[in-house]
Amino acid sequence: MPSPEKPDSSKPAKTANLPRKQMLKLVAIPVLMFGFGFALVPLYDVFCAVTGLNGKTGRVEAAAVDPRQVDTSRTITVRFMSNSGTGLPWNFKPMQSEMEVHPGQIYQASYQVSSRSDHETHGQAIPSLSPGIASLYFNKTECFCFNQQTLKANETRDMPLRFVIEHDLPKEIVEVTLSYTFFNIDQDKADSNKS
Amino acid sequence: MSTATTTHDTHDDHGPASGLMRWVTTTNHKDIGTLYLWFSFIMLLIGGSFAMVIRAELFQPGLQLVDPQFFNQMTTMHGLIMVFGAIMPAFVGLANWLIPMMIGAPDMALPRMNNWSFWILPFAFTMLLSSFFLEGGAPAFGWTFYAPLSTTFAPDSTDFFIFGVHMMGISSVMGAINVIATIFNMRAPGMTLMKMPLFVWTWLITAYLLIAVMPVLAGAVTMMLTDRHFGTSFFDAAGGGDPVMFQHIFWFFGHPEVYIMILPAFGIISAIIPTFARKPLFGYSSMVYATASIAILSFMVWAHHMFTTGMPVAGELYFMYATIMIAIPTGVKIFNWVSTMWRGSMTFETPMLWALGFVVMFTIGGFSGLMLGIAPVDTQYHDTYFVVAHFHYVLVTGALYSIIAAFYYWVPKWTGHMYDEKLGKIHFWWSTIAVNVLFFPQHFIGLAGMPRRIPDYSLQFADWNMISSIGGFAFGLGQVFFLYIVIKTIKGGKKASDQVWEGATGLEFEALPSPAPYHSFNEAPAVK
Repeated sequence: MPSPEKPDSSKPAKTANLPRKQMLKLVAIPVLMFGFGFALVPLYDVFCAVTGLNGKTGRVEAAAVDPRQVDTSRTITVRFMSNSGTGLPWNFKPMQSEMEVHPGQIYQASYQVSSRSDHETHGQAIPSLSPGIASLYFNKTECFCFNQQTLKANETRDMPLRFVIEHDLPKEIVEVTLSYTFFNIDQDKADSNKS
Repeated sequence: MSTATTTHDTHDDHGPASGLMRWVTTTNHKDIGTLYLWFSFIMLLIGGSFAMVIRAELFQPGLQLVDPQFFNQMTTMHGLIMVFGAIMPAFVGLANWLIPMMIGAPDMALPRMNNWSFWILPFAFTMLLSSFFLEGGAPAFGWTFYAPLSTTFAPDSTDFFIFGVHMMGISSVMGAINVIATIFNMRAPGMTLMKMPLFVWTWLITAYLLIAVMPVLAGAVTMMLTDRHFGTSFFDAAGGGDPVMFQHIFWFFGHPEVYIMILPAFGIISAIIPTFARKPLFGYSSMVYATASIAILSFMVWAHHMFTTGMPVAGELYFMYATIMIAIPTGVKIFNWVSTMWRGSMTFETPMLWALGFVVMFTIGGFSGLMLGIAPVDTQYHDTYFVVAHFHYVLVTGALYSIIAAFYYWVPKWTGHMYDEKLGKIHFWWSTIAVNVLFFPQHFIGLAGMPRRIPDYSLQFADWNMISSIGGFAFGLGQVFFLYIVIKTIKGGKKASDQVWEGATGLEFEALPSPAPYHSFNEAPAVK
């Protein structure tokens, strides 16, 4: 509680002698919350990795896939999609629109990429799987998305991936959609985005 | 500075400086409160004129008056101006005027910062509004500015919006720090925390919400800025980011934000109803705890704005239950107000009418909120006019009604003049009929499937839209009439007594004359 202040006619609007600690706390809260806003970004990534919320798929070694766990009684439809990010002059398309697969078995699929540019360009593919929960069970042993890709001027290339859906994929999931987006990682990204 | 101090030594009790510079340099809480209130009124009229454009375009199906891009600018700017320019500054203005008088303090704890937090606002909103005249136009992506619409696909003028939001955020945070410092350090002896008027309590809790979430909003717009110009990909899926994450960050701010706009209203209603029921507030401490519970819960329910983003079922269930739980502390408040009126000697002066209008119509908005909180049906209601009806019931007949009630209740104390009771009642009944003609039909067209933020609609929605527009024009006219009442009351009127209202309690009515002197409580009052 503040003690009653001595009347002082020279200062019409008296202000309290504010406790330093309290003021520091009041300034610290907004600063920390500003930081917390940014901390939400990695927190969100962790949350998504646990729940599959944003459809990021996993990676396994081929040797770790147990061939005895193939479940031939289930057939899952995998659909393939592709997008090219802004500023990347690449044509990008799946070589198969869909595949019928059994959980537990490794399959190969491929995409075709061709550059429309007259110079060397670099891209990085980002996967997204729908429905999100399936992404916890969708793993790749090889993928063009594991590395950055470089295309020479007007080059066309097939880009493979090998994937396996885990045998314990929830029963209600009978169809998944795998989407890749290639984005531009060249230094001039900021400029080309302006288009 | 030193010369000013010496001149001050010569006289004790001086009034405001004269001329325009009084308002620019003032550190007086009453002056700053007045500035905030006038600023928010101007913003209300600007934001309201945007709403008139929206309702005029929606008067009939088809595109008549404005092109869709401009229509989108109108809906976006209407939302931004009303939320950040009208409702929030109005509550800060009321806090400035009332908190020192209610707790027996001579001024706010940080008067110089108080001046800054107000004077940032006109610049922030000039910046925001100036984007109308820039290439690309004003923001057109909705007041929620979801990425990537506001990042990848937004015009360059969006940066004016970003910096405008930064500035108004700084203003809000400074205002909130000031409120907290004032309440903790400037209370008169004997004014313990649990004796504080509820308006002070609700503002204390609101101030904590402000300093906790406005920086998160600043973080979100900063991420937008770096995504737009510095090659980051916070919200760009192509770059490894996630646009849905924008919605999580935005609503982590946005949901506490809606309580920032309603908690001070609860404080106002808790002051007005006891006065005109001539009974002390029923369940004071439960009101305090209910306010605190609402504030805490507000941090845990944000994703109920995002039921349709493909959340796992467990997430939908959690956010549904948590959201519906908020009805409990809010219900405590409604029942306490009703119990306060129960067997009271009620009279129905204008402030009481607005307060009662608040209780009834805010409850309607609360119930439609419960409907929206139910995840399986929200899939149908999401982004329809049902949502528009819901949040206008809680923000117009909720927050705005409480601000108007506060004006009628405290303006005799501020100016020393009673407002014209007859005009005040006309204002209330005109506005209340109009606002229901305006928003109630929007429930129907929303349930029937009319999407929000679209300038055109299919023919089956035509009749209700026309009725809604007529209500809208009438409500807008009513607030121009309010402007007349405000000016008339400031210029003159029946002399108000010191207590103003027969049943009024609190230091501002019991220990100060009407009008309250420019400097009040230079000596702390005695609190029983």
